[in-house]
Amino acid sequence: MKKTILVMLLTTIAMTNTALVMAGGGGYPKSPANVDVDDMASLQRGAKVFSEYCLSCHSAKFVRFNRVATDLGMTEAEVMDNLNPLGVKFGNTMTAVMTEDYAKESFGAVPPDLSLVARSRGLDWLYTYLTGFYADSSKTTGHNNAIFKDVAMPNIFWKQEGVKKPVYEEHDGTVVLVGVEVVEKGTMAPEEFDTMIRDLVAFLSYIGEPNQSYRKSLGVYVLVFLFVFFGFAYAMKKDYWKDVH
Amino acid sequence: MEQKSNGLMGWIDARFPATKTWEKHLAKYYTPKNFNFWYFFGSLAFMVLVIQILSGVFLTMFYKPDTALAFQSVEMGIMRDVEWGWLIRYFHSTGASAFFIVIYLHMFRALIYGSYKKPRELIWIFGMLIFLVLMAEGFMGYLLPWGQMSFWGAQVIINLVNAIPFVGEGLSTWVRGDFVIGDATLNRFFSLHVAAIPLILVALIFVHIVALHEVGSNNPDGVEIKKNKDENGIPKDGIPFHPYYSVKDIVGVIVFLMFFSIVVFFMPEMFGYFIEHANFEPANPLKTPEHIAPVWYFTPYYSILRAVPSIAGSAFPGVIAMGASIVILFFLPWLDRNPVKSIRYRTGWYKILIVIFVITFIILGILGTLSPTNGRTLLAQICTVYYFAFFLLMPFYTKLEKNKTVPERTT
Repeated sequence: MKKTILVMLLTTIAMTNTALVMAGGGGYPKSPANVDVDDMASLQRGAKVFSEYCLSCHSAKFVRFNRVATDLGMTEAEVMDNLNPLGVKFGNTMTAVMTEDYAKESFGAVPPDLSLVARSRGLDWLYTYLTGFYADSSKTTGHNNAIFKDVAMPNIFWKQEGVKKPVYEEHDGTVVLVGVEVVEKGTMAPEEFDTMIRDLVAFLSYIGEPNQSYRKSLGVYVLVFLFVFFGFAYAMKKDYWKDVH
Repeated sequence: MEQKSNGLMGWIDARFPATKTWEKHLAKYYTPKNFNFWYFFGSLAFMVLVIQILSGVFLTMFYKPDTALAFQSVEMGIMRDVEWGWLIRYFHSTGASAFFIVIYLHMFRALIYGSYKKPRELIWIFGMLIFLVLMAEGFMGYLLPWGQMSFWGAQVIINLVNAIPFVGEGLSTWVRGDFVIGDATLNRFFSLHVAAIPLILVALIFVHIVALHEVGSNNPDGVEIKKNKDENGIPKDGIPFHPYYSVKDIVGVIVFLMFFSIVVFFMPEMFGYFIEHANFEPANPLKTPEHIAPVWYFTPYYSILRAVPSIAGSAFPGVIAMGASIVILFFLPWLDRNPVKSIRYRTGWYKILIVIFVITFIILGILGTLSPTNGRTLLAQICTVYYFAFFLLMPFYTKLEKNKTVPERTT
């Protein structure tokens, strides 16, 4: 009986896995972002990229400059001089340089706020998206994106990354987009550009949840405490129960 | 006024049943000594209730039930600006899912050991009401962060009411307080979530426990311990709940808290099951997400809803089936005709039926999180048929069982 039940349970687990794999299938493959949100140097570089490129159009309206300074180990002067193009107060949040009305006029939509984009999209998606632009003359921006088809955002990094073209492969009679490749070199070496994008994704991950590193380190202490507590509680239970037969 | 003992306790006891209540419900509440793993989940459910109430009280201090402010008050206020707000929020979001995990296991325990059978039918019914109220609590709470999935999940579920003939449309408008989910909906859900439903929940838990302590706990052998008492009138197989089970439950609580902490501190989103990724975008009534799925604890019933084909374009049959899948559980004490309580002494094939039931329930749950395809719908239909057959055929097949001899005393 126990064996039958075990076999049935294992079958369910196997079926569950298949179902989940099937659910995850389809779509453009994501490349792993591999970022380290505890690497302060990387986060500081990412913050710089963010304020130079993203903050022109996008806001991060839940993120306060003074919080970024504290968490990333930067002084008030460093943050105010390098990360704050609009020169808002140190305790205020990251607003876009471009106004919403201008954005609507120029792009037809207000660019999304980026405070939580790392949590809604995921880090791998962001990395794949930011490295997934390719030249497409049919688009008004001149570019298309492999993972976000017909995206309204222009390819802001094309000078650094260079011009890219899409790579197609044929699978069972249908042509699928499988990747992008550089055809004309940019101003940055590929490794240099890759590092810049990873720094940016790391910073987006940080602003998505500024407490994440602290949360994990606190969790270790909590678990150690519970483990010790368990030892005492178990010994107490054993002692009380020794006369129950 | 007669005082039974001296001192402060004597003075209080003459006016309030302090010692009496302590003894009736803890120090002299005789509990079977053979409780196993499955018996931790009652006290754990109580523990989760305490977590939810305490964390909820603090979240209410900072949350703003206004469609223009709600998302920001959670994602900026509570998650970033409020000291320890993120931790309290994760306690609450993880606690919601933990509540359902614990309650599902608690109900499964009742199912395998026949804890719903005479004389415990009312305990089961109160328990089912708790489950129902808990679903309402979870559903309304999920709207409050005002994320995309909060909005669209609630939209899909409330629209089900539309399927009811004649009164459906009016009823769903009445529930929302508007023609779409809006500020009125958010405000009433907030009120119900933080005041009305918790009060009902606590009252139901109170009567659930009062009924339990009146008839006494069942146990893995399904033996009534009150049938074998010693010369002092104490069940021979019983031990006082306090200190024996209070010290044992502390161990259970710590192990539970370890799992709970792993989620809270290392994977609060639980891969998008406890907090869905789309909920990190503020609700946008003009932008329908590609894939709308209810939170995981509703997905088995959602699957049943989708599995039933529409009649003349109306999803009403599905809505009926979804409601019936929960209502049927209330009748469990009368559907099961086998006098033997514990699965230990019931026939072998009944165990297999239960295992298949658990598997179909899990499959329904997984299918409810996925978008439907023809194959998945067929699988959901097969599972739905089994779900209902398991209960509806119970009066017949439970009479055919060849039971083993039930022991006189617990083993």
